Amino acid sequence: MSETNPKFKVTIDGVEVEVDPGTTILNAARLIGGDVVPPAMCYYSSLKGSGGKCRTCLVEVSKGSEKDPRPMPKLVASCSTPIMDGMEVKNKSSEKVMDARAGVVEMLLINHPLDCPVCDQAGECHLQDLAYEHGKSNTRYEFERRTFDKVDIGEYIKLHMTRCILCYRCVYTANQLTEQREHGVLKRGDAAEIGTFIEKNLKNDFIGNVIDVCPVGALTDKTFRFRSRVWYTKPMDAHRDCKCCSGKAVVWMIGDEVARVTARKDQYGEVKEFICNECRFDKKDKTDWTIEGPRHIDKHSVISANHYEVEAPAHTPLLNKA
Amino acid sequence: MERKLLLEHIGVEGIHTHDVYRKNGGYSAVEKALKTMSPDDVVEEVKKSGLRGRGGAGFPTGMKWSFIAKPEGVPRHFLCNADESEPGTFKDRYLMEKIPHLLIEGMILSSYALGCNQSYIYIRGEYMYVLQILEKAIAEAYANGWLGKNIKGSGFDLDLAVSTGAGAYICGEETALIESLEGKRGNPRIKPPFPAVKGLWDRPTVVNNVETIAAVVPIVNEGGDAYAQIGIGRSTGTKLISASGNVNKPGVYEITMGITVEEFIYSDKYLGGMKNGKKLKACVPGGSSVPILPHYLVCKTAAGEDRLMSYESLADGGFATGSMLGSGGFIVYDEDQCIVRNTWNFSRFYHHESCGQCSPCREGTGWMEKVLHRLEYGHGKMEDIDLLWDIQRKIEGNTICPLGDAAAWPVAAAIRHFREEFEWHVKEPKLCMTKNYGLVTEKIFETVKG
Amino acid sequence: MSQDNIQFPEPLLQEVARQIAKFPEGKQKSALLSVLHLAQAHFGYLSEPVMDYVARLLHILPIEVYEVATFYSMYDTQPVGKVKLEVCRTGPCMIEGAEKIVSYIENKLGIKDGETTADGIFTLKTVECLGACGYAPMLQAGEKFHEHLTEAKVDELIEQYRKNPVANYLGLENHGA
Repeated sequence: MSETNPKFKVTIDGVEVEVDPGTTILNAARLIGGDVVPPAMCYYSSLKGSGGKCRTCLVEVSKGSEKDPRPMPKLVASCSTPIMDGMEVKNKSSEKVMDARAGVVEMLLINHPLDCPVCDQAGECHLQDLAYEHGKSNTRYEFERRTFDKVDIGEYIKLHMTRCILCYRCVYTANQLTEQREHGVLKRGDAAEIGTFIEKNLKNDFIGNVIDVCPVGALTDKTFRFRSRVWYTKPMDAHRDCKCCSGKAVVWMIGDEVARVTARKDQYGEVKEFICNECRFDKKDKTDWTIEGPRHIDKHSVISANHYEVEAPAHTPLLNKA
Repeated sequence: MERKLLLEHIGVEGIHTHDVYRKNGGYSAVEKALKTMSPDDVVEEVKKSGLRGRGGAGFPTGMKWSFIAKPEGVPRHFLCNADESEPGTFKDRYLMEKIPHLLIEGMILSSYALGCNQSYIYIRGEYMYVLQILEKAIAEAYANGWLGKNIKGSGFDLDLAVSTGAGAYICGEETALIESLEGKRGNPRIKPPFPAVKGLWDRPTVVNNVETIAAVVPIVNEGGDAYAQIGIGRSTGTKLISASGNVNKPGVYEITMGITVEEFIYSDKYLGGMKNGKKLKACVPGGSSVPILPHYLVCKTAAGEDRLMSYESLADGGFATGSMLGSGGFIVYDEDQCIVRNTWNFSRFYHHESCGQCSPCREGTGWMEKVLHRLEYGHGKMEDIDLLWDIQRKIEGNTICPLGDAAAWPVAAAIRHFREEFEWHVKEPKLCMTKNYGLVTEKIFETVKG
Repeated sequence: MSQDNIQFPEPLLQEVARQIAKFPEGKQKSALLSVLHLAQAHFGYLSEPVMDYVARLLHILPIEVYEVATFYSMYDTQPVGKVKLEVCRTGPCMIEGAEKIVSYIENKLGIKDGETTADGIFTLKTVECLGACGYAPMLQAGEKFHEHLTEAKVDELIEQYRKNPVANYLGLENHGA
């Protein structure tokens, strides 16, 4: 290891990787890729302060570091725990982790409406993916589920709080992308909700991004609501000249029609370049866009995993290029 | 040896005022420290004293102090946690109300030791009248030159102010307290970074409990070694115990660590025994979050030794047969109390107080409350008991802050020791609404090796 | 309450300034909890215009105030009676008879937990541990703790507050409010 560029060595589920000091366990795992990557419902790399809340990314640290090899006494949130040199981490190889994760998934689902059949997010919902992988088919929760009224927060965004898992991503988005945050988390405990207190229009050039960062169907695009199941649409990379943002987006086509516009997401569902409201909500004509070609959709999504046994559009690659 | 280090002058008329406090030896520790000790000397004495955090966790105070980062040019802050909210605990209110200058003196010493020039007392909103007592006392301390610029010519400056909460148990967690003091929701922070590195306004910060800070005064006055002589083993010094429940004399007591639990409950010097001659059924010795002990494990450990009022002895046997000293919230239950009802009550508390940030606590605390409610009201099923066990197991250790553990432990302990009483609620759904179960039978614990 | 009527009198503005002055320059948001206590005591409850006013006083966003006001259990965002009777319901109080005290008050005032009497004087609220476990059962009215409650003591309290329904926080009378 050279002194000018020290790297830390970390082993995750037996796979070794060298990373820069300060890297979190989750990001180290993402460098390895594949099954060693813990799921993350609240962490979002481009949103400062995000992470630590959902507890789905808990991992076991079986060796703290080369210097201090003691294991950590509790499971840790991989998204917010920096690696130490020589650290050894267990994700899928730890029974404790899998047990705890199943517990977290159960907790996330007990008050979830499980209304996937009518939810616009179905097919690109991280909770759906998580439940598919770690959840059980029956529930042990025998009480009335928590419900909230659906509200419009502005012309373009629908808030369906009942589905929310309180990841706080939309709050960080509003804080960091817009000039003045108008919504936040109100109340506390299991009564906590995303809200504006008084019915306010969320208006800001970039507020539409809260839809893209939402891991579930709590914030959806009103211009697309109930238009189509996402797996019937054809995602195409497209761009346009935009004064406000990069103009790089994905347009989701039904035939020749632009059904909706989203930002481009990576394999972990994260947007790297946020787009403005104009691109997202107002540019719904094919001629607004220069179509680059079919969008590569990664395997985390059921859009391409065919859980619904719907034939994917022929030009959509089915697998991660890996 | 029976010494009172904190409450020695509590009975003196007017001890809440500066002049009377001063006449009774008050502020002599500040004089001593500022004149004859360096900040590091104070830290050293606290380390020697073996003082451990009195808020519940019992972490060595001197060690906690030594973690504070000291980057050049960045102010550091010392905070007093006066958000006392753990059910069963009311000692800090008593101390602040009766002898506020003791806390202020401790704040000055601690701030001096840590090199902090701006310190705060964060007090729960419900203690608003105590806040006013503290503000009066602080004004007196300023007027007498114990606070402000260049205290008593030492060159040390300290500003001290009180800030308030507004009804949230979670703000007793130190990072939630910091958030609250910044004017935000009391959401505990994700650690790391720890407050010692990034605390209030991202500056290095130490948070200590009221009683811990007050204990620094006798430590400086008499020396760390002398303090360490008091008590037993690693439980040094005295401890304030808030006693409540079915005893003859509930209240706040300053005990020397190491007296027996039996003496504490039954002697006239302390709680004066069970009220109305009832039998002892159970005891929660350290605030609602610590494991409840059935009658046969209260005064004796599983090994048959005397149980002592100390960190180690109360924890003897681990969670299988022991509990914790915690915050010293000592709740005593007689034979007429229902453990299922009490467990439901506590779980309602934690459900109410969960901040809602992390999923296991937000969802799990409410779920436990609902299942316990069903059991208590005669609608439970046998499987509910195992379900509860599983829910608490999935909360414990998996949350952002210790509130998850605090919610899980009482449920786990109640099932561990009182399972037959839970089962009785299922078998006798009508009877359990009119009658209480009474004492549980003693279980024989195998000695666990290793 | 319209936006225009929302204004602290001068002594309270001074108190706000004193709260802000406890914190370094630029950290005035730290005074939020204290200022909300003042606002609630003065205006009766934290209505939306009141919270917006507090946001303006502290130069913070309204949402930052809403988030805090709805998090802490002492704040009321809906109207309440002049005197809130807050009965502790947690463990040690429960085993000393808190539930009986609550039913007694409910029957006496003809309201349930969380409700306000028709004359607008009393609101009954059960609350979690107030740190008076050794003196149970207890209730808090304004900033006063009333401990070792009995039915007779409750009668007396209600009588007293009915005659003089003042139970504010922060000794507001000292600030001329």
